[in-house]
Amino acid sequence: MTNPQAILKLTDVHTYYGNIHALKGISCSISKGEIACLIGANGAGKSTTLMTIFGVQRASQGKILFNGKPIQDLKPEKVAALGVSQTPEGRQIFPRMSTYENLEMGAFLRRDKGEVQKDLEWVFSLFPVLKDRMGQLGGTLSGGEQQMLAIGRALMSRPELLLLDEPSLGLAPKLVEVIFETILQINQDSGTTIFLVEQNANMALGISDTGYVMETGKIVLADKSSVLLESEQVKKAYLGE
Amino acid sequence: MIQKELKKLVVYGAFLVIILTPMLGFRSTTFEPGRVLKILGIFMTILVLNIVVKFIRSQKKDDGRKKTPWTEVVRKRINRYPKVYTLGGLLALAFAFPMFADNYMIDVGITCLIYVCLGLGLNIVVGLCGLLDLGYIAFYAVGAYTYSLLNLTFGLSFWAALPLGIVLGMVVGCIIGYPTLKMRGDYLAIVTLGFGEIVRLVLNNWDSLTAGPNGLFGMKRPALYYPSFGEDGFTWVTYYLKSLPSLYYFILLIAILTIIGVRRLDNSRIGRAWIAIREDEVAAELSGVPTTWIKLLAYALGAGFASVAGAFFAAKLSYTNPNFFLFMESCIVLCIVVLGGVGSIPGIVVAAFVLIAAPEVFRGLENFRMLAFGGIMTTMMILKPEGLIPASRRRRELRADQEPPPKD
Repeated sequence: MTNPQAILKLTDVHTYYGNIHALKGISCSISKGEIACLIGANGAGKSTTLMTIFGVQRASQGKILFNGKPIQDLKPEKVAALGVSQTPEGRQIFPRMSTYENLEMGAFLRRDKGEVQKDLEWVFSLFPVLKDRMGQLGGTLSGGEQQMLAIGRALMSRPELLLLDEPSLGLAPKLVEVIFETILQINQDSGTTIFLVEQNANMALGISDTGYVMETGKIVLADKSSVLLESEQVKKAYLGE
Repeated sequence: MIQKELKKLVVYGAFLVIILTPMLGFRSTTFEPGRVLKILGIFMTILVLNIVVKFIRSQKKDDGRKKTPWTEVVRKRINRYPKVYTLGGLLALAFAFPMFADNYMIDVGITCLIYVCLGLGLNIVVGLCGLLDLGYIAFYAVGAYTYSLLNLTFGLSFWAALPLGIVLGMVVGCIIGYPTLKMRGDYLAIVTLGFGEIVRLVLNNWDSLTAGPNGLFGMKRPALYYPSFGEDGFTWVTYYLKSLPSLYYFILLIAILTIIGVRRLDNSRIGRAWIAIREDEVAAELSGVPTTWIKLLAYALGAGFASVAGAFFAAKLSYTNPNFFLFMESCIVLCIVVLGGVGSIPGIVVAAFVLIAAPEVFRGLENFRMLAFGGIMTTMMILKPEGLIPASRRRRELRADQEPPPKD
């Protein structure tokens, strides 16, 4: 898929954890303003892909372009400064900081206080429950609230590209629906490009434009999400039909 | 219940006799039962008192009302007055102290204030950034030796040597910080412990530079300069801070500046970044915190504060030797931070006074004064695990049951 509008483009990216070859040549391209999703089983390398994009794991080979700029050798803070933001897997919020301080940390690299305030209001309008919990410690929030906080924190840097790592992990089905609706709303409100990593293939393909299927470090399928939802292979392996 | 407790008492007593007799009873070759009985008596009194307290408590009826702990009551009482009065009162007390204290008390006061500086410096590394450092005293040694050597070799004054000492301390801080960037918890503790010992052993064995175990002596005290308009015109007069009260005021000033500095850091962006790293390093990295630099900065600043204290220490005694910088000192500083309440500035100040003054108070117990020290620490950790004056964040963390429950 060649795409002149690509905000993020990975070309033949390899990543190793010591001797383990975790990513074996990933290539994908995400257009501006879309929601893309990456689905696959446990240990397929989905989270590693996100960590490699962000520079937490160094890609040993291959190219990662963000808005045409190579970022594969940049440190995480530099990637963040370019306008990429990520919610880590398993809702890693700061447990001993209040909800407000957590959100404030999301805007760590920003100096435009007035705009930060506006974004804070926006996050509170997306997740009204966070406003009630403003002074409470992050670690005492419920699972769903923590996930909302993690997404809210990632939004506070006003990213161009938002990387979400398994937002549905360990949440009740009802809450998963709420979270996915909000993800869709974020995309529509602000035009933020979203790259979603999920195990819940049904939900993820349902809200995304483009989908990638990953197996043992490789992307095995890439197509429009609507097409993937109908594909026999995906249905059998991931949708449980 | 009484019977059960008495049974316990007998068992404990027998146990103590078995342990204490060989440990204390023999002095070289003669057996002295008196020594054993003395210590045994102390222990048994404590145990009996414990039973009495337990008995009285069990007699008291539980009236069902939740009592507010006395520390909370004190906090509320203090908070009723504007902060200016509390701080002003404490400052006035600190300034008036040398006027009614004897030299011994002033000397203990100076030591306490040195440990306040050390505790606050270590608080940056341990309390804010969450890096367990067991070799912190090495930076104190660097400060002390930098001033000593610069003063003895080049005749640099305290004020000229101080910035150099701070810079050198920060450099050494980075030297230990850099290789340990990826380490956390126990591993980091062991590496820093080893580092602290390396510094001490180098000081002990590098005879040509540090005079080894003999130590360095004859450094000038810190000096003040004031203008004088005498017969031969305008001159600067040097006044060496030799008397204990003048040294006390000097370290008081340093301690106040340290408190202000650490407080400003605590509330700054950098302080936030430190706390974020302590909470979750990956999440901090993803929020755009340059973790490498921020962690090195914590080491460097912590070391910088320790070197100031070290330089003052060497200048005050006009003597320094490697045995001032034993591992025990690192432990005491860490105890101050933990006892006071990790991350809490007023707590650390109070704890420094408690822990440094307590062994002095118990000096009558001779070698057993460290026992009192251990007793204080153990009691504190049982009664108030969050420290004397906990930082608000930490108090809430350890009393999570008082948070409003989540609702989904």
